[in-house]
Amino acid sequence: MRKTGFFLFGRGICYSAGMNKIPSRAHPEPRGEQTRGAPGDRLARNANHEWRERLRNLTSPRLNEFGIDPFGLEPAFLKEALAVTSPVYRKYFRVQTYGIENIPAAGRCMLIANHSGQIPLDGAMIAMALMLDSPQPRIVRAMVEKWVPTIPFVGPFFVRCGQVTGTPENCRRLLEWDECILVFPEGVRGISKLYSQRYQLQEFGYGFMRLALETKAPIIPVGVVGAEEQAPALYNAKGMAKLLGMPALPITPTFPLVPVLGLLPYPTKYHIHFGEPLLFDGDPEDDDDVIGEKVDLVKSAISGLLHKGLKQRKHIFW
Amino acid sequence: MSEKKSKPTPPGLAELDLEAAAAAAKGTRGRKRPTERTREEHEKEGYVVITGICGNLGRHLARALHKTEKIIGIDRRPFKGKPKDIEHYRLDLRRKACEKVFRAHPIKAVFHIGIMHDPRAKTREHHEWNITGTTKLLEYCNRYNIPKVVILSSANVYGPSPDNDTYLGEEAPLMAGARFSEIRDLIEMDMVAQSFFWRNPHVDTIILRPVHIVGREIRNAPSNYLRLDPIPTVMGFDPMVQVIHAEDLVRAMICCLQAKTRGVFNIAGPTAAPLSKIIAITGRRTLPVPGPLFDQWMKFAWKTRITNFPPPELDYIRYLCTVDGSRAEKELGFKPQYSLTESVRAIL
Repeated sequence: MRKTGFFLFGRGICYSAGMNKIPSRAHPEPRGEQTRGAPGDRLARNANHEWRERLRNLTSPRLNEFGIDPFGLEPAFLKEALAVTSPVYRKYFRVQTYGIENIPAAGRCMLIANHSGQIPLDGAMIAMALMLDSPQPRIVRAMVEKWVPTIPFVGPFFVRCGQVTGTPENCRRLLEWDECILVFPEGVRGISKLYSQRYQLQEFGYGFMRLALETKAPIIPVGVVGAEEQAPALYNAKGMAKLLGMPALPITPTFPLVPVLGLLPYPTKYHIHFGEPLLFDGDPEDDDDVIGEKVDLVKSAISGLLHKGLKQRKHIFW
Repeated sequence: MSEKKSKPTPPGLAELDLEAAAAAAKGTRGRKRPTERTREEHEKEGYVVITGICGNLGRHLARALHKTEKIIGIDRRPFKGKPKDIEHYRLDLRRKACEKVFRAHPIKAVFHIGIMHDPRAKTREHHEWNITGTTKLLEYCNRYNIPKVVILSSANVYGPSPDNDTYLGEEAPLMAGARFSEIRDLIEMDMVAQSFFWRNPHVDTIILRPVHIVGREIRNAPSNYLRLDPIPTVMGFDPMVQVIHAEDLVRAMICCLQAKTRGVFNIAGPTAAPLSKIIAITGRRTLPVPGPLFDQWMKFAWKTRITNFPPPELDYIRYLCTVDGSRAEKELGFKPQYSLTESVRAIL
């Protein structure tokens, strides 16, 4: 852990993100002096104040002797990663949450959200909201696209932060372990849609509902407002995407026109609305029609949240 | 010795004939035909047959069992340092002569470990050895009413893939052949064993699929990989990996001997950990190589015999191929005793 931390984020973070680990904080003064200049250091220390206490007990019950859970989540690493990513949450997207008290403090639950914005930052923001803003911090396990594990660096990074390849079996197992699951039933259809289709929910998959019925997990609808405008896609170059082995390749006003910076999402303001938990009852083996009705209920709950959010929102950027 | 040489039969077989003759002389006149031995008769006084006993794993198993069980080894290689109480026949499973071993002895269990995993062996020989050998062995087991057969397959048959479940159950499809054609005969062998399992409900067939086996004397790909210095990894990939100590696997096989169950069992190691942590245990340096470059290098190195790792094996250090061992824990009562650290240290 220490080594990777060093490698990824530089020395400062590595030191301060040792968090509640005693050894690394044994001599804080001299080491603090040494690393004062490191750019990540100040940032990390500021961030530390905020959540060090909050996340002290944030852990997973199934850690092995390496501090890793069976799905590859490393809470210590997650906290380190948070040191770097929390400014993105607080300062860049200035995320505002509504109804976050709807998240149960413990026990299994399934967050179902709309997916948008070309880059899956909405997932990251929901996960960080649950760690930084919810009354009881929780680690979110997002079900990610099967394409993600094939991306170098990103794949392992996601895994260590607790994200899991979205197969039904993985989801079932995590729900049975009373974890908090995040699912985007729209998948690639949602995230890669064009700007002209913004805030229109795409077709939902039915798998999540069957799993929720099977494990009796409450569903919490989540509406993310603001992610659509972070990267407005004008065109989806599907042919090129296929060639590159990617699910989609959006053309935005800045990408790929502006080489690297064009990838950067615009600093829109995120509003994340959490709805009331919905508990469904029924046979997970039911016909698609029956399941579909239940899925539509979730879908309408999410679109309700989106409508509310869009109405409340005064401006895209603030 | 000279007597044996004069005969056209291999030494193992000659030994066997003497054995059978002695047994016949000792036994009662009106003895039942061996094919008619019942399950109980096999179980009461039976031998334990281990194929491939001269391999590292076979020797481990023989050493663990020979104090409590009567053991027959079948292997065409010589058994160096064989304990006296083990009967060893130098036979090729594919040959008819093998059947005599089954005819002559009551056998309570067969461990089929004699499976070839040599990527440098000729494809045809490899395939024949694994498929024909296994088919013949299972045929004898059926014919002679053997109560229990344990077949050692491998968790590698599931194949590494980015869309794998993180914990593959025993029902997961065996997809390794999709990219790694040399492993197809191992998959086929597993399938042969599975169809035997379904067709013969009177035989307790147990198929074990252990994860990467590591051990001091083990010379398989994962152990050899961890012995490299520096250890090359695919840059930007760090999959969860499971390993199991060879002695733990032997323990699992002994559990099979006692368990009253049948079926396919994944034998997962102590705990899964990212490859980087496992390498950290070995204390060796890593050499991250960009994926496409690594692929090309492996192809070149394999062709020019610089390396003995087949190029498609690279996927095992790139993508997930971890299994769920809970069924073995529940039904076989198997729990690994070595921790991950101890297991990995064993190769050093």
